[in-house]
Amino acid sequence: MQTLRTDTTMSADSLRPASREDNRPVAIDIRDLSLTFRTADAPVTALSNVDLQIRAGEFVSLIGPSGCGKTTLMRVMADLARPTSGHITVNGLSPEQARLARAYGYVFQAPALYPWRSVRRNLMLPLEIMGVPASEREARAARYLEMVGLKDFANKFPWQLSGGMQQRVSIARALSFEPKLLLMDEPFGALDEITRDHLNEQLLRLWEQTQKTVIFVTHSIPEAVFLSSRIVVMSPRPGRILEVIDCNLPPDRTLDVRETPEFLTIAHRVRVALRAGHSYDD
Amino acid sequence: MRLSNSRWLPVMVVLAAIILIWYVGAVWLNAGLVEQRLEQTGKEATAAEFAHIAFSLDRPVLPAPHQVAREFYESVFTRDITSPRSLVYHAEITGSATLVGFALGTLLGILLAVGIVSWRTLDRSLLPWIIASQTIPILAIAPMIIVVLGNIGLTGLMPKAVISMYLCFFPITIGMVKGLRSPDPLQLDLMRTYSATRGQVFRKLRWPASVAFLFTSLKVAIAISLVGAIVGELPTGAQGGLGARLLSGSYYGQTVQIWAALFMAALLGMVLVALVGVVERLTLRRMGAKP
Ligand SMILES: Nc1ncnc2c1ncn2[C@@H]1O[C@H](COP(=O)(O)OP(=O)(O)OP(=O)(O)O)[C@@H](O)[C@H]1O
Ligand SMILES: [Mg+2]
Repeated sequence: MQTLRTDTTMSADSLRPASREDNRPVAIDIRDLSLTFRTADAPVTALSNVDLQIRAGEFVSLIGPSGCGKTTLMRVMADLARPTSGHITVNGLSPEQARLARAYGYVFQAPALYPWRSVRRNLMLPLEIMGVPASEREARAARYLEMVGLKDFANKFPWQLSGGMQQRVSIARALSFEPKLLLMDEPFGALDEITRDHLNEQLLRLWEQTQKTVIFVTHSIPEAVFLSSRIVVMSPRPGRILEVIDCNLPPDRTLDVRETPEFLTIAHRVRVALRAGHSYDD
Repeated sequence: MRLSNSRWLPVMVVLAAIILIWYVGAVWLNAGLVEQRLEQTGKEATAAEFAHIAFSLDRPVLPAPHQVAREFYESVFTRDITSPRSLVYHAEITGSATLVGFALGTLLGILLAVGIVSWRTLDRSLLPWIIASQTIPILAIAPMIIVVLGNIGLTGLMPKAVISMYLCFFPITIGMVKGLRSPDPLQLDLMRTYSATRGQVFRKLRWPASVAFLFTSLKVAIAISLVGAIVGELPTGAQGGLGARLLSGSYYGQTVQIWAALFMAALLGMVLVALVGVVERLTLRRMGAKP
């Protein structure tokens, strides 16, 4: 397989997580991972020599142009796709073992609701499968529906909801069984600005309170900077990591932080890195 | 009121057209018999008299609609429903064989579909046989089924139900295989992230996803099941049932009786399909289908 070492573009200190997380266990360890899709015509290299270590409790955003392999990387972590070469562990286990241990909650890029279940019952689906008792299921469904602002829609069916509302249901569904690791693929892509801001703040609070590890895909630079402890900038053809940017804004930040110089400096760095990825195309 | 008018008007127009064509056809097809009758009596007839005779023959080639309607009315409403002269009696016999065959066929059809979807080897080994089974003309094997089952002591309703089952499991298997495979990759991936068991994937995803397909198949199957039950009554020399009624009608040249029985069969079929339709609507509504 043809490979190209690209991790030289990463600065040494950006590979290392910020100091306050140094003593936490590694949640996700990816080493020299590549994935090539065999298609009818030419093979597509979706991921090429990816190296990434994520410690427990980190909030890591993946950002990069469409088709750079963000979803593919998440699917590898979730054992929904097999890498062609390289190593990956999730909580020290193979992705398959981690999946069987129900180590993560996955929010797909599309809502993936079951049309024959009401919103409430969609939320309870993972709980039913995991054997949570009925009364607890109801309580959790109510709590997380409230959290995404849809408690009045509990008995509606998916087709009666807008696209953004459906996506919020799918977020609540992933939260409902309270996994330690959250994989979120553009969860807020279909939302209006204000709802998005609101959910950004809520997700941040949830992350701070529960110490979850979150891997988060987004196309929005402000969103990535606001939420993340680190931002992974990726670039396409072949999909690879271009740069990893540390981004430790004060933990009790609110949306106002977006006006501060620190915020704007980091946002600028991300933008520059993203541009570099795009220019690589030409 | 307006809405129901606009819904019924086209149906009524088509019905009127059919009845008109039918009357014309009755004159045309019965002309030979009418001329024979006129020759025997040596009378001349006007067009109106000619038509009148054509519409009141005892054993016409094609009975006029009102003759069929009168026979239908008399044999449904004016006779004791436990007597073999009542169409209700025959419809009940055929209907119960249809329902038993339909129930068995549904069970068999679903079981086969579940097997085919769950085990790859069954998909390869079973499907060709299932398709082959449907290419054999039912009229050819119906007598054999009846003889074989008669030998092991099954007579009356059961052989007919078996023939119905044989005919009606097929659309159910095909529809259910498609339905059970209808969940998209994302819906399946979701189950995978929960590390759901195969049984859970089946109960919570594949089965509910297939319900709409099941009902479409059931509507086809119940109509076919009725045909199976009628066909099953033809070679047995059965005493009761719409098939037996058709057979005795054609035996004695009682065309009016044949047509009345045919209408009863059509009516029975429509009622059965409509019943499945009602259950379908109620079920799908509970499953959140758009109204
Ligand atoms: N199942 C597949 N078979 C073949 N090629 C695939 C498959 N899935 C993804 N790809 C290819 O892999 C590359 C990366 O896809 P991926 O979905 O990971 O992109 P992405 O970064 O998530 O993009 P977006 O931001 O648009 O969601 C793309 O070039 C895509 O064409
Ligand atoms: Mg994607």
